[in-house]
Amino acid sequence: MIYFDKVSKVYTAGGPPAVADITLSIDPGEFVSIVGHSGAGKTTLLKMLFAEVLPSEGNVYFGSRDIATLKNGDLLQLRRNIGTIFQDFRLLPTKNIYENIAFALEVAGKDDEDIQADVPHVLELVGLADKIWNFPHELSGGEQQRVAIARAIVNQPDVLIADEPTGNLDPINTHDVVEILKKINDLGTTVLLTTHNKSVVDSIGRRVVTMDMGRIIRDDAQGRYVL
Amino acid sequence: MSVWTTTKRIARYGLIGFLRNGFVSLSAILIMAITLFVIAGRIIFGAAMHAALNDLRTKVDVTVYFTTVATDSQIQSLKQSLSSLPEVASIEYVSREQALDEFKRRHQNDQLTMQALDELGDNPLGASLEIRAKDPSQYEAIAKYLDAQQQSGTDVGDAIDKINFYKNKTAIDKLSAFIDNSRKIGMAIAVFFGVATILIAFNTIRLAIYTARDEIGVMNLVGASHWYVRGPFMIAGVLYGIVSGIIVLVALYPIMVWMGPGSERFLSSFNVFTYYISAFPLIFMVVMGSGVALGALSSYLAVRRYLK
Repeated sequence: MIYFDKVSKVYTAGGPPAVADITLSIDPGEFVSIVGHSGAGKTTLLKMLFAEVLPSEGNVYFGSRDIATLKNGDLLQLRRNIGTIFQDFRLLPTKNIYENIAFALEVAGKDDEDIQADVPHVLELVGLADKIWNFPHELSGGEQQRVAIARAIVNQPDVLIADEPTGNLDPINTHDVVEILKKINDLGTTVLLTTHNKSVVDSIGRRVVTMDMGRIIRDDAQGRYVL
Repeated sequence: MSVWTTTKRIARYGLIGFLRNGFVSLSAILIMAITLFVIAGRIIFGAAMHAALNDLRTKVDVTVYFTTVATDSQIQSLKQSLSSLPEVASIEYVSREQALDEFKRRHQNDQLTMQALDELGDNPLGASLEIRAKDPSQYEAIAKYLDAQQQSGTDVGDAIDKINFYKNKTAIDKLSAFIDNSRKIGMAIAVFFGVATILIAFNTIRLAIYTARDEIGVMNLVGASHWYVRGPFMIAGVLYGIVSGIIVLVALYPIMVWMGPGSERFLSSFNVFTYYISAFPLIFMVVMGSGVALGALSSYLAVRRYLK
């Protein structure tokens, strides 16, 4: 479903490549952990999936479509089909929790009745039903990340991208977030996770892709964090 | 999704953003109010100067003074020949007696002059013709015609004592030039302040949006269309414009009331308050239009940088 075909990315002309000659295929429903040191190219790889970064060479396919050739409207459609969560949560600070999640639904064109039904439902799923009218700054880091997850999955995307989602969280919150990701994956969503956290990777026990200096150096079906 | 639903959501988020970012909104509104104040001030100042100039132009006339011995037929004959000139709009005849009455009326509190007049016994004033041209530029031609009459040595020419145009003219020319220059300087100052405050207003809005750049990034990420991201910011920009416009229009009212009598004294027939009331539709449209356009355009340009 996702296919990186000999993809390279150079940010500054003549500089070192952020990712170099990556070929990687990911099937629907997989849970893939991408591990590696900072600067190994993990985030660049993920950004190319929702076209925040375009490859300098090679092609990225989502389904049968080359992402670089998507027109504006199709690109928006693609982004609505990919849920994203980040280390820094990236919630909208001027909107309350309800509005933060509703925003993703509004953007996707859902009507008001659906939004009113879906938002409490997805907040229940991440265990935050009682915080629906709070603002992000009133929540702890773990809670904010759970809101971000709720927002990412509320549109029932085919793919969930989690870029260092536990980087700012304590072990208990980390565990909660990983459990939620596993649950989402069990429901059929493809999950791409990048992390530095050895115990997270080892506890998941699924496919692990290891990157170093922009290249893939290992790809294990039932991998562990080896660096 | 229907266009109506989208529009409604954009408008709602615009309003919410406007209300929740109270401090940012307040500073943008105050800065914009200064811009709009300069624009409104420019309209009123321009109208005042225009009125002053027009008023001055109507004060120009050519008056022919006749000698005290000029006969009625001499005066009538000149009057007739003047009426046949295409440039002449009207001619008013002031007889010797009327001139004397007017003189007495004007100097009734001046004992010395009145005494001197009494001692003369006779009426020292001649009759006169006050001539108005259809257009201020035509006075020159009329004055030249009268000059030629006076120099001609005919019966009528001899009756002319003096023609007071040139003396009047230099004074009026100087004054018009002064008003015209102050208009230009006023315009230049208004343009300068206008541009400066527009830049400041633009920058204030840009800063407000800069603080929201991460938010815009998130909106891009969840797949919001460009208009869906931009719309609320533009609505907020339009609201800044409307609120500042209202502030300016309301604030101008007492200012105009206060300046009204003074302006009437200074500009003879022009009262800024009366003008403000009568030209309110124009001022309203310009102030509100500029506010809305400035707010919307600033937001549009500021958000554009962060859209991907």
